[in-house]
Amino acid sequence: MTESIRRLEELDFGAEPMVIEVGPSHPAMHGITRFRCEVDGEVILSMEADIGYLHRGFEKEAEASTYIQVIPYTDRLNYVSPLINNVGYSIAAEKLFSIEVPRRAEFTRVIMMEISRITDHLTCNGATAMEVGAMSMFLWYVKAREYLWECVEEMTGARLTTNWTRIGGNANDVPDGFLTMLEDRLQKVSDVLDEGEKLVVKNKIFIDRLKNVGILSKERCMAHAFSGPMARAAGIAYDVRRSDPYSVYDELDFEIPLGTVGDCYDRYLVRQAEMRQSMHIIRQAIDMLPPGEFMSYDRRASLPRKHEVYGSIEGLIDHFKIVMDGPKPPPGEAYAAVEGGNGELGFYLVSDGTGRPVKCRVRPPCFNYVAAMEEMTVGHYIADIVPIFGSINMIGGELER
Amino acid sequence: MDILLHPAVMAIIKIAVIVLGFVMALGTVLTLMERKWMSAVQDRLGPNRANLGRFTGHGALHMAADGLKSIFKEDTIPKGADMVIFYMAPFFGFISAFVVWAVIPFAMPIGDFKFQITDVNIGVLLVLAMTSLGVYGAVLAGWSSNNKYALLGAARASAQMLSYEIFLGLSLVGLFMVYGTVQVGTLVEAQNTYWFGDVIPKWGIFTQPVAFLLFFAAMLAESKRVPFDAPEGESEIIAGYFMEYSGMRWSAFMLAEYVTVVGIAGLTATLFLGGYNIPWLHADGFHLFGGHLPLPVWLIVLLQIGAFITKIVVLCWFIIITRWTIPKFRFDQTMALGWKKLLPVTLANVAVTALVLLAVDSF
Repeated sequence: MTESIRRLEELDFGAEPMVIEVGPSHPAMHGITRFRCEVDGEVILSMEADIGYLHRGFEKEAEASTYIQVIPYTDRLNYVSPLINNVGYSIAAEKLFSIEVPRRAEFTRVIMMEISRITDHLTCNGATAMEVGAMSMFLWYVKAREYLWECVEEMTGARLTTNWTRIGGNANDVPDGFLTMLEDRLQKVSDVLDEGEKLVVKNKIFIDRLKNVGILSKERCMAHAFSGPMARAAGIAYDVRRSDPYSVYDELDFEIPLGTVGDCYDRYLVRQAEMRQSMHIIRQAIDMLPPGEFMSYDRRASLPRKHEVYGSIEGLIDHFKIVMDGPKPPPGEAYAAVEGGNGELGFYLVSDGTGRPVKCRVRPPCFNYVAAMEEMTVGHYIADIVPIFGSINMIGGELER
Repeated sequence: MDILLHPAVMAIIKIAVIVLGFVMALGTVLTLMERKWMSAVQDRLGPNRANLGRFTGHGALHMAADGLKSIFKEDTIPKGADMVIFYMAPFFGFISAFVVWAVIPFAMPIGDFKFQITDVNIGVLLVLAMTSLGVYGAVLAGWSSNNKYALLGAARASAQMLSYEIFLGLSLVGLFMVYGTVQVGTLVEAQNTYWFGDVIPKWGIFTQPVAFLLFFAAMLAESKRVPFDAPEGESEIIAGYFMEYSGMRWSAFMLAEYVTVVGIAGLTATLFLGGYNIPWLHADGFHLFGGHLPLPVWLIVLLQIGAFITKIVVLCWFIIITRWTIPKFRFDQTMALGWKKLLPVTLANVAVTALVLLAVDSF
């Protein structure tokens, strides 16, 4: 901000800066966001982010739904990695109910979450590359994403609106042939990643466009409460999977790739490296996948098995009560954070003992990034908005809920 | 019949054949080929849905479909636009893209008849003058649109085209020194001489390799092709100077862009790739290592036209594939590259060429 004021005074001939509205309908504004920029020629003097165009009232809707009914709404938060949202919400709800999830379900969740992380990063890096002109990269990455989304479809029945987790487990077990299909797809994705890196990572134009653009130092990242790839690109070794392990991540071996400078190029490389780490995690989880149930069938929160519903009066009553009233957790509150594609994705649930949450709050990782957009862009050129905004990977559904 | 041989009538016929029959046609085909080649790069099929009943022609009908679509589209004019300039602007780019072809020869002259619209003695200079007119199309379109993005695009376009104009001309100075002419016909004929006992042809690319690269880069920048397409910058300033255009006016910009691509290819082929020349093919047939294969004149002319068109198509392919391979420069990087790197190299190229020519002459 101080710099922008200084630059305003330096304008020649007492000229006024031009105000230019970037968005809400603009190809670089993934989803819809508006930036009101003051520019001196091409240099940005100030920027004001205007969000809320995709506000759907997720948190309010959740208050009117039973705990199970919230799960499909979470699909629409970060819509390029819906499974992470599903799992994140379920972990929060399971904390509230204090339900243990079977180990097989946990490993399956890890596999699906890491698939989602890869699809998330593929979208982000592909879009960043496209926005600096490497259109082919984007389409290659979309192709790779398609391989994985077919796996997601195989598992959940849907590509985007997965609605896959339940409180205490998952909707279904690993389907037949899924694991071999996944191995095959991972290899294909890995090939696409190598091919894409050959095309851009050492390309002079690509480096020129991303290097030293949108730098946010370690200290400023911390001040803005950055998490995820954005923080790691600046050199902060913070990863919810490691620092506050959930699910079975503490049993898995993976590295946290770190950047040094915190510019767009570092973010790109961190995401590339994280995709490889995710594949590594998936392969481990496939090897370690234990036999067992995919659902806890805890009487308090999950629907009973079908034969119990049809064969016993208790089962029938349980089924009826859970469908009609919803599962009722004890009064209290729970917060659970997962490492989403973008960073720390937190769900905060408050219960008063009824079947519907009193409060369901989401901590969207990219809210902080958009808040820091001004700091990252002022002094840069208009053209730099595009890679910077691409690298923060703002997802409207998650940001504006 | 005499009236047909009148120079003016002859010129009009040649214009019709070259411009309508070749340049316009190739430009139109390129609109489809760009999408096809792009989809080949990107692992997809590309346009293939336009059809007449069962006939799709692998997407060939998209050319007609696109044309029809843009004719019937609403021609919107933004509020506060300067109407006269807004209407005029597309034609500047369009005209300058075509004028290049006035001086480009397609085959060797037979007697008095030249396969070229006109062989003016200022040749290449006319081309340079005309290509620089293209900037008016961009600037006026951007200015008259009453849109900030369009204005930014126009500002970028004018700065970029004016800067690259400078070393576009300078990069050719070395070529003029080597061949001692700016007349296109003579330039092309001079490229059919040989080094080392009739083995290596003295094409521009061999006599002036650095100039070839500089000229090609400058031409890409002039025509605002990737990686120098900041004036259009579809991801940041949406479409730049022509963002407010729609319907056929928009198509005029697009077609002008493709015609310019053909123009760059034609000019590069003429100046640096020996024009219509096929190596070792002279006016009476092939000569190589003392051997001689006589050919009739009509066959030679056909071969030359074929060779020239092949060179153009290959260059067009190269220009288009470039676009789908590499990212694009930011606007200030384009300018820095031009002024800080390419201009010094161009000047050095001129100086070195002069010194070498002087050295060769004095021994």
